[in-house]
Amino acid sequence: MKDIFLNNWEMLFEALGYTLLLTFFSLVCAFIIGLIFGIMSVVKVRVLNIISTVYVDAIRGVPLIVLAYFTYFGIPMFIRSLGVSGFRLDALTAGTIALSLNAGAYMAEIFRAGIQSVDVGQMEAARSLGLTYGGAMRYIVLPQAIRTMIPSIINQFIISLKDTSILSVIGFPELTKAGNIIAAVNFDTFSVWGIVALMYMVVIVTLSRVAKMIERKVNVGNER
Amino acid sequence: MSEMNADEKIVVKNLKKRFGKLEVLKDINTVVTTGEVVVLLGPSGSGKSTFLRCLNRLEDITSGDVYIDGINVADKHTNLNEVRQKVGMVFQHFNLFPHKTVLDNITLAPIKVKKMPKEAAEKKAMELLKRVGLDSKAQVYPPQLSGGQKQRVAIARALAMEPDIMLFDEPTSALDPEMVGEVLEVMKELARGGMTMICVTHEIGFAREVASRVIFMDGGYIVEEGTPDEVILNPKEPRTIDFLNKVL
Repeated sequence: MKDIFLNNWEMLFEALGYTLLLTFFSLVCAFIIGLIFGIMSVVKVRVLNIISTVYVDAIRGVPLIVLAYFTYFGIPMFIRSLGVSGFRLDALTAGTIALSLNAGAYMAEIFRAGIQSVDVGQMEAARSLGLTYGGAMRYIVLPQAIRTMIPSIINQFIISLKDTSILSVIGFPELTKAGNIIAAVNFDTFSVWGIVALMYMVVIVTLSRVAKMIERKVNVGNER
Repeated sequence: MSEMNADEKIVVKNLKKRFGKLEVLKDINTVVTTGEVVVLLGPSGSGKSTFLRCLNRLEDITSGDVYIDGINVADKHTNLNEVRQKVGMVFQHFNLFPHKTVLDNITLAPIKVKKMPKEAAEKKAMELLKRVGLDSKAQVYPPQLSGGQKQRVAIARALAMEPDIMLFDEPTSALDPEMVGEVLEVMKELARGGMTMICVTHEIGFAREVASRVIFMDGGYIVEEGTPDEVILNPKEPRTIDFLNKVL
């Protein structure tokens, strides 16, 4: 096991870097998608509610691996058929899009639940002072909502980090893909997958500890 | 609208409000003039709070008109955010912003809505806090205040927008009995200062002492209105008599 690690550590850490980069970037996109669709699901505009529901249902109803294939193979083919010859998405772009869309749907639900957990009196008080709906959301409702959302966001981060492994199927050069390549060369599958599993675990446990610390810090002095 | 008397601060015409099939306000008509202190009495479910919330359109209006300073808030094209700046509201459950200090609770709207410079807003907020006796609590977060203190901060927050009208929705109902007095005291001082006020309350003593007019509501209608002496001491309608017998 030691030899395999020493012979391949550069590749493994580079792959881990891609995994983290993909997770982080997708989560940032997912946060924005989630914010937009989460607000769309709580405003009193029927059309927006429906659009948000359709998006969330569609994404949650499709396995990530299918979504990844669809973005990597399906969408470029469709665009080529429209006359853009030679259009392709590289694995990095397609992977980021697929994971962002996937996590975005879950983030939308986290935002919806977070916003709904804030007492309606907060919105009413803000509106009664003359703030616009957007102003009340931005200064009053969302800051309180996000505080309650932090544990769910951390959870989604961990889920998305693990989900990146699914993107190895479209050739995304992340940690699981690296494991595949190394195992194909030396056949010591026990050591290779053991090392890969351990690397995921160390990163996830560390990140969740750090996140817990942040969570505690945010809540200090603001207990209701 | 143009014929309206300049003294008429609030004009309510044929106001109706329905929640689904339930008609909560059936046909409300009244006029409130500048400086009047109107107390709304009535059993729970009579539509008092809904009526109050229609005045700044926190509730959508099913039909009828509500004019605030001649502006019809029932009109879909009315800029409600402008009207609401002139109509302060105090809620039963205070609805202070728990993630902001007392000072920030008060300065938020003047800074964000009126674009007041931060310093000026804070100076004004401190004056208001002094007025409600809480200038020592400026940097405290609302969860650390007592109920009575929270409600006084909520009043200061509403006053920071320099409204012409103040709406009170059962401001003392959620308070421990020993804290009711301090909130009523602030409200009395406000009334003496000439503020146009509409209060939904169960404090009959406050109504008798401060109100220029008492409106008794039941079943979505105004049943009886007049001076406190007329409505509270010499009620004419059976429903008013029945209600007062229960609460006095």
